[in-house]
Amino acid sequence: MIEEQSIIKVGMADLNVGSQDSLIRTTGLGSCVGLTLFDPVKKLAGMAHVMLPSSDIAREGQLNIAKYADTAVPELLNRLLALGAVRSRLVAKMAGGSQMFAFAGGNDTMRIGPRNVESCKLALEALHIPLIAEDTGGNFGRTIEIACNTGVLFIRSVQKGIREI
Amino acid sequence: MELFKNFKDFKMDVLKEVGNIGAGHAATALSQLVGKPIDMAVPKVQLLNFEEIAEKVGGAEELVYAVFLRVEGEAPGNLFFILTPEAAVSLLNRIAGIEVSSEGMLGEMEMSALNEIGNILAGSYLSSLADFTQLSMFPTVPALAMDMAGAILAYGLLQFGQMGDDALLIDTTFMEGNDEIEGQFFLIPDPESFPKIFKSLGVPFDND
Repeated sequence: MIEEQSIIKVGMADLNVGSQDSLIRTTGLGSCVGLTLFDPVKKLAGMAHVMLPSSDIAREGQLNIAKYADTAVPELLNRLLALGAVRSRLVAKMAGGSQMFAFAGGNDTMRIGPRNVESCKLALEALHIPLIAEDTGGNFGRTIEIACNTGVLFIRSVQKGIREI
Repeated sequence: MELFKNFKDFKMDVLKEVGNIGAGHAATALSQLVGKPIDMAVPKVQLLNFEEIAEKVGGAEELVYAVFLRVEGEAPGNLFFILTPEAAVSLLNRIAGIEVSSEGMLGEMEMSALNEIGNILAGSYLSSLADFTQLSMFPTVPALAMDMAGAILAYGLLQFGQMGDDALLIDTTFMEGNDEIEGQFFLIPDPESFPKIFKSLGVPFDND
């Protein structure tokens, strides 16, 4: 279905799925959250690059459902189920949600990273998908990559090098 | 977002002039700081997809130094002053006499000096813009980050993110003769600021 060792890119406010030997990658996560779902038996994985916490604030005509935590997580689940993933086997991981700039004032926009993380967790809870690992917060950017055959999530950052969760 | 796709050339020219005035004053301030002439490219005004915006500085993973100011007041928006690591080191050396040994991480003192340089330049960009448009614009306290361009620039796209997948960017590059110091200003006005900017400059704002 998908070529060996292919890399599937996920852009900002985007989501995609892959299987077997492919890798799914998204680059430059700051306040955005990269959320992954994985079915270990089917070796299927999906990733969403979530930019904003809730579609309630959307003012766009045609909603980009990959952009908001509350719409992206259900969509990612549906895409995996359509490929044959079994819901009860799915596990989630996520990374990102940092606060790139430290400001004195507690402006809500500036807290977008932590809010994205909270919303993703709520969306997962609502769907009863366990979150088994996360690398969120801090004040640095991340590039992440999930191996669809193992579900290992590789996290690269400028200051901390490469980490696996 | 259709609104911005339908901007006529004339409106784009007005926004270019906005970038020209702001960056022009900032380039003058920089040239005084380094004691050398600074050249400036013609500003580019483009409606870009989020991905394309990171491409403007070399890709989402490209390492950059960025001073970020949130602009508040009548025409809110986001202002970035972006430098390559080489340019940051060179600027520190010229302006503050700080020798940075390698291109490694800058220390606290260096970061603070760089933040102040960014603050001076961004402040001069913004105040000339406020004079030009007669709109009140206050910068927030600037913040400096050194990280992946995609992670940094996403902060300037949140207001546009609620409306679509594109943002209107006013991009001005300046450089010193031998390209040793090259920097970029990105001004991303909030979507609702455009009618105000046009109105203040006497441009009728309708949907064409």
